[in-house]
Amino acid sequence: MTALLLAVPVVLVLSYLFEPAGEVWSHLVDTVLKDYVINSLLLMLGVAIGVLLLGVSTAWLTSMCQFPGRSVFEWALLLPMAIPAYIIAYTYTGLFDFAGPVQTLIRQWTGWGYGDYWFPEIRSIEGAALMLALVLYPYVYLLSRAAFLGQSICVLDVSRTLGNGPWRTFFHVALPLARPAIVAGLSLALMETLADYGTVQYFGVSTFTTGIFRTWYGLNNAAAAAQLSALLLLVVFALIIMEKISRRQARYHHTSQRHQALTRFQLNARQSFMAFIICSGALFFGFILPAGQLLWWALTTAEESLDSRFVGLITHSLMLAGAASVLALLLALFLSYGKRQLGSWPTLFAVRLAGMGYAIPGTVIAIGVMIPFAAFDNALDSWLRAQFGWSSGLLLSGTLVALIFAYLVRFLAVSLQTVEAGLGKIRPTMDEVARSMGTGSGEIVRRVHVPMLKGSLMTALLLVFVDVLKELPATLILRPFNYNTLAVRAYELASDERLADASYAALTIVVVGILPVILLSRTITRSRHAKSA
Amino acid sequence: MLHLSKPIMLGLLLTFIAPSLTLAEEVVNLYSARKEKLIKPLLDRFSEQTGINVNLVTGKADALLQRLQSEGRNTPADMLITTDAGRLHRAKAAGVTQAVDSPVLKQLVPESFRDPQGHWYGLSVRARPILYVKGKVDPARLSTYEALIDPEWDNRICIRSSGNIYNQSLVASMIAANGAEATETWAKAFVNQFARPPKGGDRDQIKAAAAGLCDIAVANTYYLAGMLTSKDQAQRDAAGKLAVFWPNQQGRGAHVNVSGATVTKAASNRENAIKLLEFLLNPASQAWYAETNGEFPVRADVEPGELLNGWGEFKMDKLNLQQLGLLNPDAVRLMDRAGWK
Repeated sequence: MTALLLAVPVVLVLSYLFEPAGEVWSHLVDTVLKDYVINSLLLMLGVAIGVLLLGVSTAWLTSMCQFPGRSVFEWALLLPMAIPAYIIAYTYTGLFDFAGPVQTLIRQWTGWGYGDYWFPEIRSIEGAALMLALVLYPYVYLLSRAAFLGQSICVLDVSRTLGNGPWRTFFHVALPLARPAIVAGLSLALMETLADYGTVQYFGVSTFTTGIFRTWYGLNNAAAAAQLSALLLLVVFALIIMEKISRRQARYHHTSQRHQALTRFQLNARQSFMAFIICSGALFFGFILPAGQLLWWALTTAEESLDSRFVGLITHSLMLAGAASVLALLLALFLSYGKRQLGSWPTLFAVRLAGMGYAIPGTVIAIGVMIPFAAFDNALDSWLRAQFGWSSGLLLSGTLVALIFAYLVRFLAVSLQTVEAGLGKIRPTMDEVARSMGTGSGEIVRRVHVPMLKGSLMTALLLVFVDVLKELPATLILRPFNYNTLAVRAYELASDERLADASYAALTIVVVGILPVILLSRTITRSRHAKSA
Repeated sequence: MLHLSKPIMLGLLLTFIAPSLTLAEEVVNLYSARKEKLIKPLLDRFSEQTGINVNLVTGKADALLQRLQSEGRNTPADMLITTDAGRLHRAKAAGVTQAVDSPVLKQLVPESFRDPQGHWYGLSVRARPILYVKGKVDPARLSTYEALIDPEWDNRICIRSSGNIYNQSLVASMIAANGAEATETWAKAFVNQFARPPKGGDRDQIKAAAAGLCDIAVANTYYLAGMLTSKDQAQRDAAGKLAVFWPNQQGRGAHVNVSGATVTKAASNRENAIKLLEFLLNPASQAWYAETNGEFPVRADVEPGELLNGWGEFKMDKLNLQQLGLLNPDAVRLMDRAGWK
């Protein structure tokens, strides 16, 4: 039931598939549709390669290997998550564009002009993939790290006794075992890629998302735009099904729960150096460089500065993020338990559907929320007028209720994936054992599941928290009067091409986002210690 | 369904809604596609002078319009402000606006900058001329938008993507002037003149031209003004290398668009909304746009200030801006076909 309610906006989008959109489609097919499809696929491919390379390698290195700086990288590698994708795109453009300081310096040194030398074009599809990969790899890092840390030491020990070195253990044992977690992280990153509008729009890359808005705003055809969104959803759905089929009946539960203190692979000097370079590279390009550029702008050229209204912005952002993350976690728990316990086909389907909101551009979701809410309000109002001759106006539309509902629709996938990944580690046999000892279901949850799930629950909570903090399109369109957030402030200035002025708000998002990120990393590490104790 | 008596249900509902039934103070509720930074100071001034509070939600024009539409007759919004005439026309076409038949407003706002029936009024004028790099381009060689397809300008032009409303409006104005067929032929040739595939915003085109990537940029003047008055030395330097050329002066005039406002059909504070509209058109507010954001006053009797005057008098395209809204979808399709990214 709950899942169905949350699926309403998604279903609403899908329902447009059956609405005639006129001959716009033939125009799209003749001209731009091919570009949209190819560019979106290329972008996904690029981001997939990027996040897998960065995320899995750093996760393995920080959880299983010992090298100088490891304990810092453990949490620092999560920092890029606090930077909204379009902000990192702005900072890289500011630095590496033709008119930016780096290329200008090159031209000054060498006396070259335009066309005399080659320099990677940052505002290209490759650039967009790089930007997105840099801020999205933490999803893969986070989930695969949790998986590596959660792997029974026995399995790894067996691998070692069989004479496998770190490489073979990684490729033949740890990696396949961590596959559900890696795939979960990857799918989050790819869904976010599909939903991204800010980055691709700024880079002039036509993808499905830019196409949706071009069709809607430019061609003034909402039906065709919704149909493009629906197509996007079908693609995501197909991807999810494909993954499910390829995994088939394979289960990834560990058969042993012996989690002894982990002996990390001790890397030699050369290996340590490589590990250090990989981790610091991800950290530098994903966080230090863009955050540094923001700080530089804030200190030198910004005309906007911190003022008293910032307190309000921070409070609003924190409140929304807090409320949405707690609710999303509760919902995810509720749904995944429902799925685990009931497992009926309709439940599974509704849960899947509800989780797909993540791949749809925020604006489209927001409209999907707005229409039913307004319809409900207006129906209620009409009914009241008819019954009592009295008008209630709009009850829910334009309130925080509608906004938080939209966050839930959009970010449920994040908490759901994380909680499900956590629940997946709890073998059904454990429930059965506990039950055979006469433990009630409530107690099973409290005494068995909660301790084992703690890490996943925290992860789910904090991921959604940071996501809501950065969220823009739904906030923009659904918020009540006189209600601004940090993301709204940053966007308003940035979209007016005043990047430097946006830097204060953007930096504040980053700073506010860092705290939960560090907290998150602590929890995960500690959950491992608790188990190994 | 519970069978509660009507009074009980009403009571229940009242407790829910009570907060929204606060004492009626004088307010205007505003949906604005103008960014907070570029409207709030004026609104504050309005509240100070009139005692009418303004509640504000900013956002993208199309999304705000969608919100207005789905909220229907219960929408709290009394007024919608957008930054282009096309969206105002779209709001009118969607049936969410009402006519304001004010002789005062009609006298202040020139005919081409308002809706014939008074559904919307322009507030500030945004011009999109040709900018050229001083010393590299002889302005005497420039004439019209149409002439930018001369072989002379091959590979020398920077302009942003066709996804942007400013370019869509420019092309719509050309369709209105030259017809669809001629404009499509032009667009196909124009695309081949680009020094690079379109990317970035208007400021980026100016920066690219200043850095030597191209010699001509098509951009709105207020971006140039914003860069010229920026705190950032690099931006000032870049903008200083370019000059404004007003195209089509022998013909229809340079392409302009307006930011404007419309009173919603469901407005419950109609009178206050009209007061705000009049306030935004008073000389002080009109001058504020020019000073703060480098936009031209919509009123001919208000001076645009030193910087804007420095670009010289120019003739504006007198096309009724409603046409930009009507022709917008055609413009987008045409640019799709021309391969304008």
